Amino acid sequence: MPEFTALHGKHVDLNAKMGEFAGYDMPLYYDMGIKKEHEWVRSSAGLFDVSHMGQMVLKGDGVIEFLEKITPSSFSKKNIGRAQYTVLTNENGGIVDDLIITKVGDHKFFIVFNAGCKDKDIEWIKAHMPESVNMEILDRVLIALQGPLAKKVLEDIIQCDISGLLYMSYMEVQSPCGQDIFISRLGYTGEDGFELSLPSDVGRHFWTEFLKHEAVRPIGLAARDSLRLEMGYCLYGHDIDDTTTPLEADLGWVIGKDNKSYIGADKIIEPKRRRVGIRILGKGIAREGAEIINIDGKVIGSLSSGGFSPTLGQSIGQGYVPVEYATAGTKIFVNVRGRNIEAEIAKMPFIPAKTKSIKAVKVA
Amino acid sequence: MSEFKYTKDHECIYIDGMIAAVGISEHAREALGDLVFIELPEIGKQVSKGDDISVVESVKTAAEVYSPVDGEIVEVNNPIADDLELISRPVNEDGWLVKVKVADNSAFDDLMDEAAYEQYLKEID
Repeated sequence: MPEFTALHGKHVDLNAKMGEFAGYDMPLYYDMGIKKEHEWVRSSAGLFDVSHMGQMVLKGDGVIEFLEKITPSSFSKKNIGRAQYTVLTNENGGIVDDLIITKVGDHKFFIVFNAGCKDKDIEWIKAHMPESVNMEILDRVLIALQGPLAKKVLEDIIQCDISGLLYMSYMEVQSPCGQDIFISRLGYTGEDGFELSLPSDVGRHFWTEFLKHEAVRPIGLAARDSLRLEMGYCLYGHDIDDTTTPLEADLGWVIGKDNKSYIGADKIIEPKRRRVGIRILGKGIAREGAEIINIDGKVIGSLSSGGFSPTLGQSIGQGYVPVEYATAGTKIFVNVRGRNIEAEIAKMPFIPAKTKSIKAVKVA
Repeated sequence: MSEFKYTKDHECIYIDGMIAAVGISEHAREALGDLVFIELPEIGKQVSKGDDISVVESVKTAAEVYSPVDGEIVEVNNPIADDLELISRPVNEDGWLVKVKVADNSAFDDLMDEAAYEQYLKEID
């Protein structure tokens, strides 16, 4: 039996096409279809149920040192209310999971992690956690509101002032009946947007309220995948896993300058292969598993994910190739059903991230 | 009496003498959603029943189209590769993908007629 999120009934009422993801029965797409949902998020505001993801709070003395042991990032100088995308590393320098860690207090962090890694992460963190640190698993709804109109929608519906909330930042507000809503300005689409963590009943209420807004449509996991693919974001278990290091995955930026003592640090060395973006130039759609071939016909890798980009109208993907092929513009082929299709290594994101402009506000 | 025949893999076939125009059923079109690519075979290729003859790819997935009969590919609908919307037209008009010529038209006897296909769709629903 798959698990259900607290919003499952809402998806069924909306006549969503449901499918299994990470053990949960989740909405893959709704009435509009994947392509229109994708375009809706790029032009208006899309609402996603991501309650299948894990949420926890780690707090206590030594929690910063602990986080700097299980991740390569630095947390000591981080301001309260700032969120960090990072990874858990294993002894071989591989990635246990990728996650968002937000500093919500001096010794308190709110963490959102992948649904498919829940048990593994909890076990991994507990196995390394000092006694002074306490773990609380949260059973809350997680809703993502993403798109150029997300900010306006959020202000209209939640009626809170979020003008001071920067990209990759967090604030808490009270629902009308006094329950805490955690709002983070971030997402998995490359658009301005928010993730809201709410108690289940409050989450069900606001899910329905958001959908009453004319700018909002519900968006399923299929469009979530094509949106993140256009941004070159990693999907755990596909583009990164226990055998890929952060440097191989081109996630070197998560490694903090001062952090030298995290798990697997000595194994994270100059990589021989690197995760790259791939743009298909010929006709056809290349999906996960398709072989990447050099111009001499030799197989040099395979796609870790791939699909159609509604924004570009062409097929894009990601995969690992030896570093000598990792330069943008390098001509390659991708084999689809026995046919070699012209392709090239491409810079990621494939389309500019709108989140950059939010970041600029912070610098100014 | 409908002239259209169907397979359990949701091909829709229009038979004209020894030639089968093969496309996909309305059910298959709806299940696939937004189309992004159609791959067509070479003319002159000999195919057996069940061989891939085309791929209809949507945002969601790639659906292989199988030859419903043994025969030779005698024509492909090249315009449909550039105008994917044509696939929503009937297979006896612009909505076909591939025309397969059979040596023996008793090969068509195994195919479902419209009523049998409707019944089949109910069973698999």
